Amino acid sequence: MQQTGLRTDFGFLEKVEAAGPFNAAECFQCRKCTNGCPASFAMDYYPDQIIRLAILGQKEELLRSRTIWVCASCETCSTRCPNGVRIAELMDYFKELAVKEKIATPQPQVAALHKTFLDNIRLTGRIFEGALLPMYFMRSGQIKDKLEKGSMLDEVKMGWKLFRKGRLELQPKPIKGRAEVRDILRPSK
Amino acid sequence: MKVTYYPGCSLEGTARDYADSIHGICSSMNIELEEVPDWNCCGATAAHSINHKASIELAARNLGLAGKLPNSDMLVPCPLCFNRLKTAAHALKEGNGHGSQASPGSEGPAVWDLANFFASEDMLEKVSKSVKKPLSGLKVACYYGCMASRPPHITGATDHENPQSLDRIVAALGATPVAWPYKTDCCGASLMLSRPDMGSKFVGKLYDMAGRMGAQALVVSCQMCQSNLDMYQEKIEADWGRRFALPVFYFTELIGLAMEHPGARGWLSRHFADPMPLLRVAGLLD
Repeated sequence: MQQTGLRTDFGFLEKVEAAGPFNAAECFQCRKCTNGCPASFAMDYYPDQIIRLAILGQKEELLRSRTIWVCASCETCSTRCPNGVRIAELMDYFKELAVKEKIATPQPQVAALHKTFLDNIRLTGRIFEGALLPMYFMRSGQIKDKLEKGSMLDEVKMGWKLFRKGRLELQPKPIKGRAEVRDILRPSK
Repeated sequence: MKVTYYPGCSLEGTARDYADSIHGICSSMNIELEEVPDWNCCGATAAHSINHKASIELAARNLGLAGKLPNSDMLVPCPLCFNRLKTAAHALKEGNGHGSQASPGSEGPAVWDLANFFASEDMLEKVSKSVKKPLSGLKVACYYGCMASRPPHITGATDHENPQSLDRIVAALGATPVAWPYKTDCCGASLMLSRPDMGSKFVGKLYDMAGRMGAQALVVSCQMCQSNLDMYQEKIEADWGRRFALPVFYFTELIGLAMEHPGARGWLSRHFADPMPLLRVAGLLD
């Protein structure tokens, strides 16, 4: 019998824990993580459900979820978990795994921002804020959309206001160790 | 007193007001800041989200550079940088350094969240003594955000559900910190850029509660919180269909204001949510 959407990876939990430990198997579904989560309103699976999917080997369902990308990394869940499950750290691990396995994210803009940020660090060794947003809008394909909707003007106005208030650095300042930093930022295997 | 200083990237740009106020008050209080030579970005949310190994190694490089300076304390104004540096130090100690060349931080300086440093007993006494014009009449909500406290096994925080550092500092300045329940609720951080709709919900909720508890302004120690709460206030007011009008001060600006530092007006002029009307009414600036 063919069942779709229920392919089980029986070795998934072991693989996850080998990268941690994250103590995922300690979860007894008390939902304290979910009850304190400020981003739960934007999630398709609640944090406790994500942990459950991991335990049940539902790797694909989990890695395709919106939840792992809209997690704000506020660490409230990990802090309050009575069993020491590193929930927020697991969300990071799943994002990285989804990127490595080239799984299409339902939140391309969130992923684009993270990738742009790391590209930006590669330029000078530090974040050069003057280029961060333009790079992000290009990468996430928002420029056309923003031009059509007219919201590009709002972004330009914000940039101008920051500049006028002396809060926008226009000159990148490369550090001496930027080759070292670039080396650190090689995509991990 | 000489300390090591890791400013972090945004203090060279959007958080120039924070940077200037830190330099201003430290020099008035005879604290010499020695910047980590050739420091790099800590990797921030992006690195820990999609490249764990780099997130440890980027922060570890800074720890290695900081370890070469003779000072016993390192001040970190940005709570996310603080958090990433502490996380890397913890990982190195546990032997999870991912082949990082940096040595375990045992011989490095103690890594301080800036607000916690100023709230320590000795420093708080110095802050109190430096007050020339008490900020009496100013009711503020101290907003801590996430990264200086959580997770506590990394930050070392013992009061992570109800932190007190900023409350103690503003009380020492003569202002009144209000009790409110959203001290450590998230501002949405970088979601303000990638999911502005989410960011607006996170931050609007904070404004609403701070206002209901009688606060006239918010006080922060995090430049990510400050930019989300300050730069986007007009937009969030439009989303919520309400006027909040809450200035968002760095605690270091308030220390400067209370010590009548000549730079204070300049720092505050960089804000988007104009604090001048409130300060004028409170008789703190004319």
